[in-house]
Amino acid sequence: MDKSNIENEWLFEITPKNKFFSLNFKEIWQYRDLLLLFVKRDIITVYKQTVLGPLWYLIQPLFTSITFTIIFNNVAGIKTGSIPPFLFNLAGIMVWNYFTACLTGTSDTFKSNAGIFGKVYFPRIITPLSIVISNLIKFGIQFGIFIFFYIFFYFQGAHLQLNISILFFPILISFMGILGLGLGMMISSMVTKYRDLNNLVGFGVQLLMYVSAVMYPMELIKEKLPKFGWIVEYNPLAYVIETSRYMLLNIGSVSILGLVYTMAVTVVVFFSGLLVFNRTEKSFIDTV
Amino acid sequence: MKDIILKAENISKQYRLGQVGTGTLSHDFNRWWHKIRGKEDPYLKVGDTNDRSTKGTSDYVWALQDINFEVERGEVLGIIGKNGAGKSTLLKILSKVTAPTTGSIKSRGRIASLLEVGTGFNGEMTGRENIFLNGAILGMTKKEITSKLDEIIEFSGCERYIDTPVKRYSSGMTVRLAFAVAAFLEPEVLVVDEVLAVGDAEFQNKAIGKMQDISKGEGRTVLFVSHNMAAVKSLCTRGIVLEHGKVKLIGSIEKAVSYYLSGDSEVINQKIFGPEYETNEFKLEKISINGLGKSIEEPLLESDKIELKTIITLKENKTSNYHITYHLYNEMGEALFSFSNVSEADILKHGYNELTCTFPASFFQSGQFYLSFFFVKDKREALFVENDIISFTIVDGSRDLGVYMGREPGYIKPQFNWLLKSN
Repeated sequence: MDKSNIENEWLFEITPKNKFFSLNFKEIWQYRDLLLLFVKRDIITVYKQTVLGPLWYLIQPLFTSITFTIIFNNVAGIKTGSIPPFLFNLAGIMVWNYFTACLTGTSDTFKSNAGIFGKVYFPRIITPLSIVISNLIKFGIQFGIFIFFYIFFYFQGAHLQLNISILFFPILISFMGILGLGLGMMISSMVTKYRDLNNLVGFGVQLLMYVSAVMYPMELIKEKLPKFGWIVEYNPLAYVIETSRYMLLNIGSVSILGLVYTMAVTVVVFFSGLLVFNRTEKSFIDTV
Repeated sequence: MKDIILKAENISKQYRLGQVGTGTLSHDFNRWWHKIRGKEDPYLKVGDTNDRSTKGTSDYVWALQDINFEVERGEVLGIIGKNGAGKSTLLKILSKVTAPTTGSIKSRGRIASLLEVGTGFNGEMTGRENIFLNGAILGMTKKEITSKLDEIIEFSGCERYIDTPVKRYSSGMTVRLAFAVAAFLEPEVLVVDEVLAVGDAEFQNKAIGKMQDISKGEGRTVLFVSHNMAAVKSLCTRGIVLEHGKVKLIGSIEKAVSYYLSGDSEVINQKIFGPEYETNEFKLEKISINGLGKSIEEPLLESDKIELKTIITLKENKTSNYHITYHLYNEMGEALFSFSNVSEADILKHGYNELTCTFPASFFQSGQFYLSFFFVKDKREALFVENDIISFTIVDGSRDLGVYMGREPGYIKPQFNWLLKSN
């Protein structure tokens, strides 16, 4: 064995900085069981020692939808066409909830896991990934209740039509998850140094909902507030929610340009999130 | 040819002191400004060595500086140093928890650490679920854990509670379960930090036994950090002494331990006295303590015969009236006993006196002791008293593997005669 051969034989090297982009898929694959166990932990610990158990996943969207229906549709008089307003709101809230759960969950990654990150090494990305996945399962449960009400209203005689584009719904949702993950990773990395961001996320998400076309059709804001319509139009989240309503309820419109814009933003946000996350994960424990 | 499994090259780690927060933005900005102009990080140049007790001039401090070492496969390397010498920082870098500021570590095997057992335990989940979760956090796959599950449960001794949420466990049970998981890890390099500090004697035995199996039986490499010199000496083959973030010595474990112990500047085993220790009757010249046949610079081991030498000049001619007495105190300031040369035969003579008092081997427990000095006239009147005239530290020797590594209670451990009659 000559010397240069031995030098190359190192299994791994610990160095001050990560490479610019290093998403080590091989390593993540090695830790796949950890990912699944984290997902399992997130799911089961929520309803341990509760009476209603997983029903809690349903109560929040149902009550929010009811409230929205009363305030925005009955009091404020927002029209949802032939679609029952409750179903309209439930669809929007469901998708919106998935995004916020991913965002707020992952934006806390470093801070809330400082204890465990400070003692053992595993690919840090496992934690935000597990949050996105466990939220996807919660979303699945909520989607189940949506189907339940869809069928219920259908037999009540509501004018509901399936749209073939529903086949693309999973792709749309995964983009929503990736967007939440990307933003969350970005924020989580910066929160380690600047705690201010934590407060910002809390109420920022609330405000963001109002410009994301959750409780009104996108058309409406352009019609009522032509001067400020651009806020919604430049918000990629609004397109996702508008499009999911189109896919699920066959209402509103689809803007291909808007969707391409959304995907571009998602990709940019995700990769910049990954970049910042990578830079932070190696030494955040010194600053957190 | 040497089979190097781990190699550390120029490892340094810098920390920022004080509040992180105020001024971070400006420092970050300054760093970024230097970076885009292609200049070096301005804060990497500054920084004091890591000395806790003195006030430095800079906000940045080097917790580790230029650490270089190699570890061979199957070696048990002890890392020793005082509090704040950088041991834990080094372990954190080795276990990839934090990155070094400069330098690199190359490894040919998986590194797993037992920095603190029970990391990532979730109180809501059962013991069984936690075994899987904790195992996965430590880097095991589900398959590996499943195949060892029965052994882990048996080793932990928690069979009865295995399907109960961990929050209902006693703290001792939690530690047992956690250690059981870690004990069945199979990394090529195991990093262990002070596991011996927790747990009772039985647990310590189990932990030491397991580490012994890992290094001797299975030929895996262990990096071991501990303040327990007895454990370090018995387990390790080689040692690294860290001081203020720098490597002071790499060598055989005996050399490293004795360097570490003697490097403690607070230990003064000799005192030479000035004019304030002179009266009309006598002049105290020197008191020194050493192991029999050893110099005063060497640490005093439990297994040494300890010699206490007193050099005193007597000015009075009526010699029979004078003697000296010592009181021995422990580090809590409690008096243990007094001893003197009051017997007829070795009474002080006029002029120069060198008195040697010898304690048998294995008389003192490890610990720090203080002596008070009395110069007594006519066996009743203390003409001169000096409290804490000299202090000395007795340290652990090495012990056989598998025996209790902690400190026995008490301050002395006299060897009595035991007579056994059986049948």
